[in-house]
Amino acid sequence: MAPNDSAQTTEEAKDLVAGRRRATRYIVPVAVAGVAAATIGLVPALAASGDPDLPKITAQELIEKMAASDTQQLSGTVKINTDLGIPSLGGLAELGGGSLAPGGERGESGSAASPDGKLLELASGSHTLRVAADGPDKQKVSILEDTAEYSVIHNSGEVWAYDSASNEAFHAKDDGSGTGPGKEREAAPKDLPTTPKELADEALKAADETTSVTVGGTAQVAGRDAYQLVIKPKQSGSTVGSIKIAVDAKNGVPLKFTLTPSSGGKAAIDAGFTKVDFSKPAASTFDFTPPKGAKVTEADELEKEKGLERGAKNHEDFKGMEDFQGLNIIGEGWTSIAKIEMPGGEGIGAPKDGEVPPEAEKFLNALGDQVDGKFGSGTVFKTRLVNALMTDDGKVYVGAVTKDALVKAANEGK
Amino acid sequence: MSRVEEVEGAGANGTADATGAADANATADGTGPVDATRTADAAGTLRGPSPLWTLGLFRSELTTTLRRWRTLALLGVLAAVPVLIGIAVKIETSDGGPVGDGGGQGPAFITQITNNGLFLVFAALAATLPVFLPMTIGVVAGDAIAGEASSGTLRYLLVAPAGRTRLLFAKYAATCAFCLVATLVVAGSALAVGALLFPLGDVVTISGTRISFGDGLLRAALVAVVVAASLAGIAALGLFVSTLTGSGIAAMATTVGLLITVQILDTIPQLHGIHPYLFPHYWLSFADLMREPVHWDEVVKNLGLQGVYVAVFGSAAWARFTAKDITA
Repeated sequence: MAPNDSAQTTEEAKDLVAGRRRATRYIVPVAVAGVAAATIGLVPALAASGDPDLPKITAQELIEKMAASDTQQLSGTVKINTDLGIPSLGGLAELGGGSLAPGGERGESGSAASPDGKLLELASGSHTLRVAADGPDKQKVSILEDTAEYSVIHNSGEVWAYDSASNEAFHAKDDGSGTGPGKEREAAPKDLPTTPKELADEALKAADETTSVTVGGTAQVAGRDAYQLVIKPKQSGSTVGSIKIAVDAKNGVPLKFTLTPSSGGKAAIDAGFTKVDFSKPAASTFDFTPPKGAKVTEADELEKEKGLERGAKNHEDFKGMEDFQGLNIIGEGWTSIAKIEMPGGEGIGAPKDGEVPPEAEKFLNALGDQVDGKFGSGTVFKTRLVNALMTDDGKVYVGAVTKDALVKAANEGK
Repeated sequence: MSRVEEVEGAGANGTADATGAADANATADGTGPVDATRTADAAGTLRGPSPLWTLGLFRSELTTTLRRWRTLALLGVLAAVPVLIGIAVKIETSDGGPVGDGGGQGPAFITQITNNGLFLVFAALAATLPVFLPMTIGVVAGDAIAGEASSGTLRYLLVAPAGRTRLLFAKYAATCAFCLVATLVVAGSALAVGALLFPLGDVVTISGTRISFGDGLLRAALVAVVVAASLAGIAALGLFVSTLTGSGIAAMATTVGLLITVQILDTIPQLHGIHPYLFPHYWLSFADLMREPVHWDEVVKNLGLQGVYVAVFGSAAWARFTAKDITA
């Protein structure tokens, strides 16, 4: 630019002013974005703060309150977050076919609406559930999926499951409880000499040696004031760090369940109401008639089909099982370890070289850690909660305990 | 450094300055008469152009948009989607079998169409919402300002006593109205096809409960409105992009490109931290309206997110457009 051109300099100055004015306009969108970001960040923080002020209560009183709770009618939304450190159970179910979960096999005989398969899906990731209950006769649980829903409805002896994604229904009759559930259930507590207070006593006594039960302050869950019952293993070596149960201060209904592993970090299981209402749900909630065109699978039929199909195979399986030495439980309380010994020492032990394709072996080795000890050597498969040690001589130790505890148990068992 | 370059540089500067001056003039031209009329108006009635006048601007914008062949072709494509889905499902189920392999795969709601034609509305909306609908909106919104600029009509629009903010607002309102029109075209076509090919009657919600057909229709209307509202975010984004460039094609391509990029980001699990802030993330939450009772959480989140996008990109478009030099 030529500095001696006066006309141009004024023009420049004007431009500068105009430019500044233009620039100021952009403050508006930036401010809007800032406010939005701040609101998104702050609102949960503000909502989470301020634990309610409730009168002090002992763990025993709190358990009594839970036991005395006679709330039978409720409806609400439950959020479940599970992080067990397992890749994806849904995928595993597909892989394992029928061996992991009967419902996982979606073959000719299975039904997508069969409840067992869905349970496994809940074991990983984040899910939203809707629950409603009206006495012992009527309950409904729905898993809200993207653009679909899976509901299990129990209404006076009839159990329906409906999967809207596949438009399939599953029907079973709940005998026994359907005929006189009220009487049976009321009679049961009378047989046992348990008032809520005694129950609380018993529970605390039973837990005393291995577990510490305390009341850990208060919390707000789903807009309701709640006490936190904290359960911690006293023994070392458990993978369970603590279990927190938020109990409604008014009616003693558990509202939230949090399991934190001892390794710290995010909760392994976090399930709690995000919305809860203790009034009677609408009767229509529990009505279900399968929609026209929906494929309905009757539970008896399913059993029959499966039975026929698997009959021969199962028979062979059971022959092998006859020599099964069974399950030994080592230790007690939180650090108990299940020891499974297979006959001949080779049943389900770690596969020997050459027995499996090299890819599969590599995969298995990648999943587990190799360990050595007095017992020999083996592989430890780890998740955030449950660890398993599979020794090379075919013993399996499983427990919610750390790797070291497993190795120790294996050494002692030798 | 050569002399030629210097000269060229000077030349370039000269042109730039010249356009700058022209811009200043244009702006003056554009706003001058406006102010004059406004003052005249103010002298008479002590207020600016009446709200009805803005409505007129909006109406003219909407009719211009809807009369374009390009828009009509897009709407035709949207109307064809439910027809295709309906016929495909009809053919596949003509032997009485279920849709797909019965495992619950495939587009949302597709298995329920055979029970009730009304579900074709939801299936068609779920099928068009990820790509077709936002693409249509992207084309219309991207064209809004940049199209006028590239065809040289923006200057004349601003000569009219409207003011830039008002014009922008009318453009955005017309785009939003088009969102609703596009959604209703899909829903209407789906309802017609569904009624023709499949039985109608009591509706079984995805929670398994039964509601009357009238209630079902009401839900369908609500779903259409929510779907249209979920497009408000991309409409604002498109309008902002449209103010950035003078080429209509560039604006449309950028908007649609942004849409596709964001959709891809939304599917990458490693980026789950940013997912709740992406505008298409809660789009399919309209399905929650088909639960009984309705699950509002995600729907409200979706609408809130769209509101944030409208506020941020709408004000950005305003900042850009009111400060822009209109050269064409």
